Amino acid sequence: MSTQEQATGNLTLVQAVRDGLYGEMERDEDVIVLGEDVGRNGGVFRATQGLYDEFGEDRVIDTPLAESGIVGTSVGMAAYGLRPVPEIQFMGFIYPAFDQIISHAARLRTRSRGRFSCPLVVRAPYGGGIRAPEHHSESKEAFFVHEPGLKVVIPSTPRDTKGLLASAIRDPDPVIFLEPKLIYRAFREEVPDETYTVPLGEAATRREGEDVSVFTWGAMTRPTLEAAESLAEEGIECDVVDLRTLSPLDEDAIIESFKRTGRACVVHEAPKTGGLAGEITATIQEEALLYQEAPIERVTGFDTPFPLYALEDYYLPEAARIEDGIRRAYEF
Amino acid sequence: MSTLQRDPGEQVRVLDEDGRVVDGATVPDLDDEELVGMYRNMRLARHFDQRAVSLQRQGRMGTYPPLSGQEGAQVGSATALAEEDWLVPSYREHGASYVRGVPLAQTLRYWMGDERGNELRELNVFPVAVPIATQVLHATGLAWASKLKGEERAFLCYFGDGATSEGDFHEGLNFAGVFDVPSVFFCNNNQWAISVPRERQTAAATLAQKAVAYGFEGVQVDGMDPLAVYRVTREALRKARDPGEGELRPTLIEAVQYRFGAHTTADDPSVYREDEEVERWKRKDPIPRLESYLYEQGLLDDERIDAIVTSVEEEVADAIETAEQFERPEPGAVFEHVYAEMPRRLREQARELEQLRERHGDEELLE
Repeated sequence: MSTQEQATGNLTLVQAVRDGLYGEMERDEDVIVLGEDVGRNGGVFRATQGLYDEFGEDRVIDTPLAESGIVGTSVGMAAYGLRPVPEIQFMGFIYPAFDQIISHAARLRTRSRGRFSCPLVVRAPYGGGIRAPEHHSESKEAFFVHEPGLKVVIPSTPRDTKGLLASAIRDPDPVIFLEPKLIYRAFREEVPDETYTVPLGEAATRREGEDVSVFTWGAMTRPTLEAAESLAEEGIECDVVDLRTLSPLDEDAIIESFKRTGRACVVHEAPKTGGLAGEITATIQEEALLYQEAPIERVTGFDTPFPLYALEDYYLPEAARIEDGIRRAYEF
Repeated sequence: MSTLQRDPGEQVRVLDEDGRVVDGATVPDLDDEELVGMYRNMRLARHFDQRAVSLQRQGRMGTYPPLSGQEGAQVGSATALAEEDWLVPSYREHGASYVRGVPLAQTLRYWMGDERGNELRELNVFPVAVPIATQVLHATGLAWASKLKGEERAFLCYFGDGATSEGDFHEGLNFAGVFDVPSVFFCNNNQWAISVPRERQTAAATLAQKAVAYGFEGVQVDGMDPLAVYRVTREALRKARDPGEGELRPTLIEAVQYRFGAHTTADDPSVYREDEEVERWKRKDPIPRLESYLYEQGLLDDERIDAIVTSVEEEVADAIETAEQFERPEPGAVFEHVYAEMPRRLREQARELEQLRERHGDEELLE
């Protein structure tokens, strides 16, 4: 490891989660963290490491093993003025809490005509590629994007992670904050020590190009950029847009990019059918049909349950598959 | 024997079916005005309920969940709340909410399909929860947050016998015990979860005994005896706010009672239960029981009862008139309060609805 990589503030994505939580807890004493193994153990991925010692057992709470309980009590706490940040250990275990998220967190503001709100952030590591057992690799962001009243955020870099998490915690509405665990420790980035926010609902252009727009997020951003670099060697220049927030979508960024290129490819690791690529495609067709020069390509996971790890590399879009998709959009 | 520390199968009772004080029972310390007030609130809840059902039958209100038979549990428990306490209802607590100060017209407004009926905050009443048992977790979370803020207030959460079979009931009570939060779980065991009898919910002899598994007291009370309900709830709320040495704050109260009517106006109970059973439970009706007791105490006579009946009828009629005169919500209101700030798509959809209305007019659009 070089000296620079060890420098203060040079963090991995999971360290940025921890740094973001620390900053917000220090800034606002209503922010509390709760979940399974988040306290003494510091989280199974170490996302809450050291918070228990720093803030104590009333603010970093090891709960019983009960996902609906964790989120359902967080709904009550949020309604009562706290800013709970419940952790669901893996996205594949979020379903027991689904009812509380959908029926209550998302609806409390509407149900009470704004007299109550539910400012909580449900954090969950999502996605495949870590050689994990069944139910540990899910990427089901579309379930939550489909629900009015929720916001859905997926960072792809350490710097964004800290800033987006701060925005999510300060947001007056419930946020589902999905962390790409495949790249929890894949690379480091300079992250400011002080707290800062990256606004929700704003995409980030990771690479500029005039030939094909490529829309992606989370763990898929890296193989997408890899594919884009490889295509650049052939003279195909991709405009790679990392959406960062999936609800609300940054439609302006999508349309602006597409109007320049007229061609698009959407990359996500979730299954194809009912996935966000369909929504993005429809949005482009509604807003920019006359700019369109080729069918919009979707490079996604297959419509199968997420496989055990012997076959997960075939399931997950990798650079070669993404490259093919972009090339199809380019060559049409 | 203490009110709460007892065998969960040993029901707390104050009045017998004829309104006489049960041997050895302590009548709770309520002044004359409070006792007559409880009686009036029960009469009002019953009359409101009857009017609400007929409003639904006449097409003036949507599906409505009746409460007749459950007035003793609702009024007795809500009367025990201190001003700073909170009430976390299911969807049937119209009587308890009224005691808490929720205007009848607001309750009607909600059941007439207008969310503004839920537009309450200052009364410490949480919005109605329609899914079963989900509010048990909210009550635990509210109480937990209050405790973390260093307050001393209690949270009274209502649910039915069916709710005790749900996972959220278990998780809510389990968290409450582990984190020792100031919540009181009030189970309105009205014997029927729509068509499924209490015996089909659990093989346990009582619902109250489930508290034992969470480490705190569970107590069964005659839910059609308002004085017993008041006494038990009062004690449980006190313990939640200020537990004694070695006491855990939460309590599970099982109020044994009966729903005289249907689950909702969309339900026909004659399909699943016998009239004879209904008649048997009607002998326990909480209203004549308290009436007899108050008569005996010299706090009520025919004249005073007539006056109460008249004032209750007037109050309910006024509330119905008010509710029916509320303006319908503006169509665009569906887009408000989904988020604190309306996102672009919702703004666009709100505009789209407005344009549709302009182009077609409401009459054609809604045909």
